[in-house]
Amino acid sequence: MIRRRLKNYLFLSLMTFSGFAVLVPLVLIVSYVIKMGASSFSWTFLTHLPTPVGESGGGMAHAILGTLYLVGLGGLLAIPLGIILGTYLSEVGKGWMARFLRHAIDLLTGIPSIVIGIFAYILVVVPLKHFSALSGGIALGIIILPIVTRTTEEILKLVSNITREAGLALGLNQVQVIWHILIKGNRAGIFTGVVLAISRAAGETAPLLFTAFGNSYFSHSLMEPMASLPAQIYTYATSPFEEWQAQAWAGSFVLILIVLGLNLSTRFFMRQKS
Amino acid sequence: MFYNLFCRHKCRHDEVIILGMRILAATIVLLLVLLTVLLFKLAWPAITKFGISFLWEVRWNPINEVFGALAFIIGTLTTSFLAILISTPLSISVSLFISEICPKNIGKILGVFVEMIAAVPSIVFGLWGIFSLAPWVQDVVTPFLKNTLGFLPFFQGPSYGIGVLTASIILAIMITPTICSFCREVFRTIPEHTKEAALAIGSTRYEMIKIAVLRPSFSGMIGGVVLGLGRALGETMAVAMVIGNSPRLSLSLFAPGTTMASVIANEYAEASNAMHMASLGYVALLLLVVTLVVNGFARFIIWKWSPKI
Repeated sequence: MIRRRLKNYLFLSLMTFSGFAVLVPLVLIVSYVIKMGASSFSWTFLTHLPTPVGESGGGMAHAILGTLYLVGLGGLLAIPLGIILGTYLSEVGKGWMARFLRHAIDLLTGIPSIVIGIFAYILVVVPLKHFSALSGGIALGIIILPIVTRTTEEILKLVSNITREAGLALGLNQVQVIWHILIKGNRAGIFTGVVLAISRAAGETAPLLFTAFGNSYFSHSLMEPMASLPAQIYTYATSPFEEWQAQAWAGSFVLILIVLGLNLSTRFFMRQKS
Repeated sequence: MFYNLFCRHKCRHDEVIILGMRILAATIVLLLVLLTVLLFKLAWPAITKFGISFLWEVRWNPINEVFGALAFIIGTLTTSFLAILISTPLSISVSLFISEICPKNIGKILGVFVEMIAAVPSIVFGLWGIFSLAPWVQDVVTPFLKNTLGFLPFFQGPSYGIGVLTASIILAIMITPTICSFCREVFRTIPEHTKEAALAIGSTRYEMIKIAVLRPSFSGMIGGVVLGLGRALGETMAVAMVIGNSPRLSLSLFAPGTTMASVIANEYAEASNAMHMASLGYVALLLLVVTLVVNGFARFIIWKWSPKI
């Protein structure tokens, strides 16, 4: 009996220990980024373009705007499509086509982001023959699409059939039920999925390396290369210059603020709702 | 506006919109097939030139146009395997702690924190890996491993901080939330009364968890681990930043290495010639096939042995 108890305590304390040990990397990363980032973060960083090596000052304004631009572009392409496909999977599709699409979406979630970068490269960069913001937006769109589709499908599946039948009983047709009852009634849940997908796309680097590529000035053209925060951090982090590495930390600080901020605030918002 | 549109011609619009959805769904499926075909086309020159022996050719030489992916394949397999090895016990015990042991409120908060790990962008992991984890691995982990397990060939040779071991540790951290959230889903399907039955026959908490929780969810947990493996195989930036990017094979885990994803990230934008680009396409194709197979396998396990999820 004593032996069994001892084993029990040993096991429980081991589990408790691991429960807190898993937080160590998260705390270390976030605190290190804040420590390193806050010291090189400044107003100039948010509002200025990068300077050449050796000159002090300079910032990543173009990369921050570029990230917003690319994510916005990807979202514009993928979010409506994702909601439509999610609705299709949950409400309309029953046959082999829907099964195929569901598998395709599942597999798309599992495809490495670097391969998605190559897809966008083949699809856009090769025909146009140069790097462009458009290809970067499409790459991010391919990342956003399956996440939005999956969450929309999952959320609509939770709606009980009684609700649908109530709508039909009022004389609405299927599309009206879908739009007025299912989508409008679950917009908070769908919105959460959208924000999570956007925060995921905002942090992606790999698909942008050979699509949007990067530049060092403000740009608003779809057909020109465009800088992004993660790609700029990558360039600076792997450079041998200390000023640039400091800039990379400040960039990470901003990026983590955006991504974790979006993530936590939607979760909080959702909890308030429910 | 939308509403009026439907009221006037109810049936027709209804059918048209549903048909539109079907067409859209078909387009997406076709697009995916098209992309795979195009990737094949990109890699075709390398496939015809090197054939299947690409898989076991060690040399990767853009200047002489001799390409082989063995170093990358081994790098990907080693880092992913090590990451799974480190992450699996941790993830399972964390999810047990969250769902079975600690109070519900703390469990919820802890669960959110674990999911936050998944939200950290991989570039930030990489940056932290270079400047914080790599020195720690070099100064603390390496001497420790050399002193305890130094007789094994894996733990010999100099350490530069960046290398296979550091990349594996980063990967292990990154895949923990994937395995963790999946295991929690699995544990959630176990009915309360089986646990109570186990306690009622006089088991301790440990024995209850062993017989009523872990045993029935074994295959589900395997599914979660395989999903984590799929994530580890394709992870790019963090690994590319801390692995050192050297296509040389070495038994030592302290040595720099390279993986399939990281070589594409490093060389694709500045590929020197057509064959180089085609070979990188070949590597991407292999990576795609491997991740598809692994993810499909995970889904197969989940579907076959735990129909409840």
